[in-house]
Parts: sequence; C-alpha cells; structure tokens
Amino acid sequence: MQEHTQLSHKQINEDLLKGVLTVPKWWLPAVSFLGLVVLTGLGAFFFMMYHGLGVTGLNRPVMWGVFIANFVFWIGISHAGIMISAILRLTQAEWRRPITRAAEVMTVFSLIAALHTPLMHVGRPWRVLYWIFPYDFSRGIWPNIRSPFVWDPSAVGTYLIASSLFVFVCLLPDIAILRDRAKKPIVKKIYAQMALGFRGTPRQWKLQILAGILLSALVLPVFVSVHSIVSWDFAVLIGVEGWHSTIFAPYFIIGAIHSGVSAVAMLMALSVWLYGLDKYIKPDHFDAIARLLIVVATTWFFFFFLEWVYALYTLAPPEIALRELQAFQWPYGPLFAIFIITSFVIPVPLWLFKRVRRSVVWMFWTTVLVNIGMWLERFLIVIPGLIRRTHMTFDWGTYHPSIVEILIVVETFAFVCLGMLLFAKVLPLVPLFDVKEGMVNRRLIKVGRRVIPATIREGLPHHYYEKKQ
Amino acid sequence: MVDSNKWGMVVDIDRCTGCQGCVVACQSENNIPINLEEHFNQRRAIQWIRIERYWEGEYPDVKARFIPIMCQHCGSAPCEPVCPVYATYHNNEGLNVQVYNRCIGTRFCANGCPYHVRFFNFWEPEWPESLKNQLNPDVTVRSRGIMEKCSFCVQRIQRSTRESERDNEVLEDGDRGLNPACVNACASNSLIFGNFNDPDSTVSKMKEDAMQEGGRGYRLMENLGTDTNVIYLRKVDEFVVEAPHG
Repeated sequence: MQEHTQLSHKQINEDLLKGVLTVPKWWLPAVSFLGLVVLTGLGAFFFMMYHGLGVTGLNRPVMWGVFIANFVFWIGISHAGIMISAILRLTQAEWRRPITRAAEVMTVFSLIAALHTPLMHVGRPWRVLYWIFPYDFSRGIWPNIRSPFVWDPSAVGTYLIASSLFVFVCLLPDIAILRDRAKKPIVKKIYAQMALGFRGTPRQWKLQILAGILLSALVLPVFVSVHSIVSWDFAVLIGVEGWHSTIFAPYFIIGAIHSGVSAVAMLMALSVWLYGLDKYIKPDHFDAIARLLIVVATTWFFFFFLEWVYALYTLAPPEIALRELQAFQWPYGPLFAIFIITSFVIPVPLWLFKRVRRSVVWMFWTTVLVNIGMWLERFLIVIPGLIRRTHMTFDWGTYHPSIVEILIVVETFAFVCLGMLLFAKVLPLVPLFDVKEGMVNRRLIKVGRRVIPATIREGLPHHYYEKKQ
Repeated sequence: MVDSNKWGMVVDIDRCTGCQGCVVACQSENNIPINLEEHFNQRRAIQWIRIERYWEGEYPDVKARFIPIMCQHCGSAPCEPVCPVYATYHNNEGLNVQVYNRCIGTRFCANGCPYHVRFFNFWEPEWPESLKNQLNPDVTVRSRGIMEKCSFCVQRIQRSTRESERDNEVLEDGDRGLNPACVNACASNSLIFGNFNDPDSTVSKMKEDAMQEGGRGYRLMENLGTDTNVIYLRKVDEFVVEAPHG
C-alpha cells in the first residue's frame, strides 16, 4: 500500500501540464457558469451601491450581517496556504509536496474574496481607499491606529502580498517549463516574461529555494496575527457580550486552521477527480491530512468548549441569554445543532477509521461538512452576538439576510472556484519541480523482502541506501 | 469661570411623562429625515433621542415607564477607539463628536455602542417638498451611508460659547440659547443640561446631590465603565406595585 509509483520526469511533465496544455471538456461550461454567478454578484453589489445599504437586511441592533460572517470564513480558509506551505515545509512533512501550490493559490483567491465583502458593505464604498490608505496629508489626519479596522487591512494586505510572492517564487521553474513547451509565440513571450529568465542554473535554483524558505519563515508571524486581528474586530467591543472575550484570538486561529486544512483536503479530492492526479495524490496523502485534521479539530473543539465555559461561568444574565439564543432559539437553535454535528460530531469520529482516511470520496464529503459547519460557526458568532438580549428590551431586533446579501455571498464562493479554475488553465496546480524533488528524495522502505520507495517518507537519497546494500 | 467645559445632562425619570416632545424637537432641530412607518418596520428609524416605553406590573396594576435615551457622551466611549478614520472622537469639552465627512460607514461604532444610540443612514434621506425650507441651516444634512447621533446640539453650544467669549461674559445655564432642543422642548423639565466642570451649574449640584449615598442618581449600564456624561435620576414611586408571585 505504501508503494509509490516511480514516474519519469517526462511522465510527470505530461500529467501535470495536461490541465494547462489541453482543455478538459467540463472546463468551459464550468467557467462560464461560475463567471455568470460572479457577474450576478457584482451586479448585486452595484445595485446595493446605487440604492444604499437599505437593500440589505441590516438594521439598528444588527449592523453587521452575513457579509462579516463570510469575511471571517474566507480569512479562515486562507489559513490553509500558510499551514500547508509554511508550517509543513518548515517541519519537513513531505506529504505536503503535491498540494502546496493548490493551497497557496486558494489562499490568494480566498483572501481576495474575503476582502470583497467588508469593502462592499461599508456605507460609502467609493471612500474605501481613504480607509485603507488614509494618509491624507493635506488634512493632517492620521488613521486611528487604535482601531482593529486599521490593523485588518495591514494584516490581510501583508498576508496577501506574502502569499502571492510565495506562489510566484514557487512557480518560476514551472513557468520556465511552460515557456519551453508553449507553441504560440505570444504565449511563449508571456511565459518568458513571467519566468524572469529562469533556466535552471544551480545559482537560480539556490536562490529560488532560499526565497521559498525565507518567505515561509517570514510569513509565520502572519499565521498568528491575521486571524487574531480579525477576532479583535469583535473582541474589542465591550458592549457585546458574545464578542467581548479574551479567548477569541486563539479560538479563531484554530478554527481557521480547521476550516482551511479541510478545504485543502477538498481541493485534493477535486484535483484527483477533475485532473486525474491519482498518481500524485495518493491515499497516503489523504491519510496524513486526516490525521492532522483530527488533531486540529479536537483542539478547535476544546477552544469552543472553553469559550462557552468562560461565558457561562460568569452567570451573568446577558451572557446566559445570549447562549440560550445561540443554541436553543429559532432559527439559531437548528443552525447551532447543524454546526456542531457537521464540524465535529460527524467528521472526527469518521476520521478515526483508516478506511475513511484513505478514501477520496469520504474525505471529500467529510471536509465539505466541516466547512458548512465552520461557515455556520461564524454566522452564529456574528449575528446572534448582535441580536443579543440586552437589558434594554426596547431595542431588541432581528435580522434576515436579503437576496442582495445572499447573491454577494454566493459570488465570493463562485469567485474562488473561478479563480482556481482559471489559474489551473494557465499554470499547473501541482508543482512539477517539487514533485520531482520528492521522487528523488524518496526514502526506501522494506516491505517483506522488497525494498520500495515510500509515498510520503523522505530521507537520504537513493544512492545512500544502494551503497549500503 | 471654568477653564474647559464638560457638557452633560441630568435626566429625571420621575418627571418624564413620555410625551415625545423632545423627539420631535430633536427631529426638527437636527435635520433628521422623516421616519416613515416603513423605516420603523425595518428598524432603521433615526431618533437621536428616543423614549423607551416599558410596562411594569400585571394587569390591572400596570404602569408605563418611560426613559429618554440619547447619546450618553461616554468619557471612555466604546465607539471612539474602533473608528478607523477618526470620524468619531472625544473633544475637549466632554462631547463625543461625529464628523460626517470623514465617516465611511463601517458601522463598527454602532455595534460597539451598548446604548444603541448610533444611527446609520441606510437610505438617502428625503424630505417632502413642503418641509425643505424648514431645514436648520446650522446643521449638516447627512447623506446616505454614514453614521449620525446626538451631538447635544453642538451647533447651539458652539454659538453660545463663541458669543459669550466675544462679550467677555461667563456662560451660565441656559444662557444665549445654550440648551439643546430636547431640553428646551421638555414640558416637565425632566431634561437638564449644563456644564459639569462648573461647580455652580444646576447639573453639577444635581449630580452631587444625586450621586451621593442614597441619592437617586445612576448611569446607564455603569458596569461597562463607560463613564457617561448623562446622569439619570430614579423614579420615585408613591404606589409600589406588588411583585408578582414567585
């Protein structure tokens, strides 16, 4: 079972560039459908901008709605990239190789999707630049650095720049291969420009590898900061019982890793099905990511539990009223049940079984469940948090997302899928050079009398073992 | 004479009849768009001061309780530090000020306000043709997409302090039209406005009296530590409603 098919470089090039050099049958219909959804969402946005935020379901106690829940969700998904490419790279978990790029590209697109909604949902979107780059020297007003909304764009911006650079640096050798294979002169020229003259000289390889390691080490602080800052958007408000919690930062981060790593497992399953990469993404990879997920999900559940314990331990009536609203009252009660069941109760016990961990179908559907649950988690933090039952019963309110809001939320999902599909058409989603490097470094293991290359275990190169024998 | 002013208000719940006169006065003084029925149904009506009505007791011993709630001009306001563009900040006269031109409408402040006294312009404000000539020229008409809230009628405070400075006079309670529109309109004198830094002002004396041991004074949601500039005086009940069983 642990044996890996040893593939020639030619075979790897052919397999992994298939998505770029040929057009799969489903590609055009899928892209046009997703494009249509994105356009509808943009239409909804311009409608909202023209008529004002009155077209949303927001009202006085509930000033933030599904947009913000969706923002937190996408920031959470974006943690996949950093987890896979930085942490697993630095800890030398070799099973990461075929999925690093997909995870990083998803990070980039989900960050853009995350930035969509808060920028769209401000009252005057045409003034957004003045918030993100508010250095209006003529008026002498500096941004209010006490506001988490100033920390947000800087953290997310840093993350976006770092991940885009990381994607690009890791792409260089593959772009060079594409440049050499491109037939049309224009395409060749574009790839040539993008490859920055990469020819595979030892010095270039050294720089490329160094840049990758440096970027993944430098991006580590962002791993902690981005979602902490997103959580402070909520935690700094003393007047909102459900939000004002010191545990929010670690709780959000671990939740982000939970949904992010699940999204990577989804991506792995999709690339096996859509691009036929079953020679590269093996049951062993799913097994490894599921083991990681068990740890992450359990830690997340622990934090979730702590958050509730801390809230209820105070015995403060507003806190208890809020928790009751979140967990037992219509319509949040059923949503809460779905959230707990889909994000922990179903997937984690299933992942304990080896057959589930090694099955593409099972892994796909359990991780889809996790992400449904994690979206609901954010929804249940943001909205009941604002609908909270305060002392002033006169101001109690409720919230129903309008069709405009729903269209824009759907648009963010279509946007990420569309981005991934377009990327896969232009550049390979699985890093060629990384897979080749993995083939060379593969450790030989003994199964019975045979000595075979392992799928995900790496170590000293072949010849070391060959000499020994 | 005091170096700096600290504007504040005392609200005597015992006197409030819930007549909504302050609400109407505020509406016309501060160019607040007309709240139609649909705005109330959408829970987007804008009322810088509102009368909250609570029922107390069981039928037939029911009592209506009224409490006027406006921006509390907190000394340490939850809304101020969260605004990324400094659209809301604390000025040196104890006021929590809203700068409409800076506001981009993130609504972070409105979520942070425990009193729910910040109002967002969800729609472009509209007035019937007949009412356009009665708009107050001293107050900006706010556009869609920004926050607004009670300013303690800052336009009146500015005008009266400026004029008293010009004439080298000490500004005392209610001089030169200092009082906000709601205070002027209150028929039962339950709203009293003044300078907390001036020990001789009515509000200072009332505060001193009310906040001592056994006094009637309290602040809204004092447990949050918002250090509000509005002091409420508790209702004095002649007829104590018997608590329901249980």
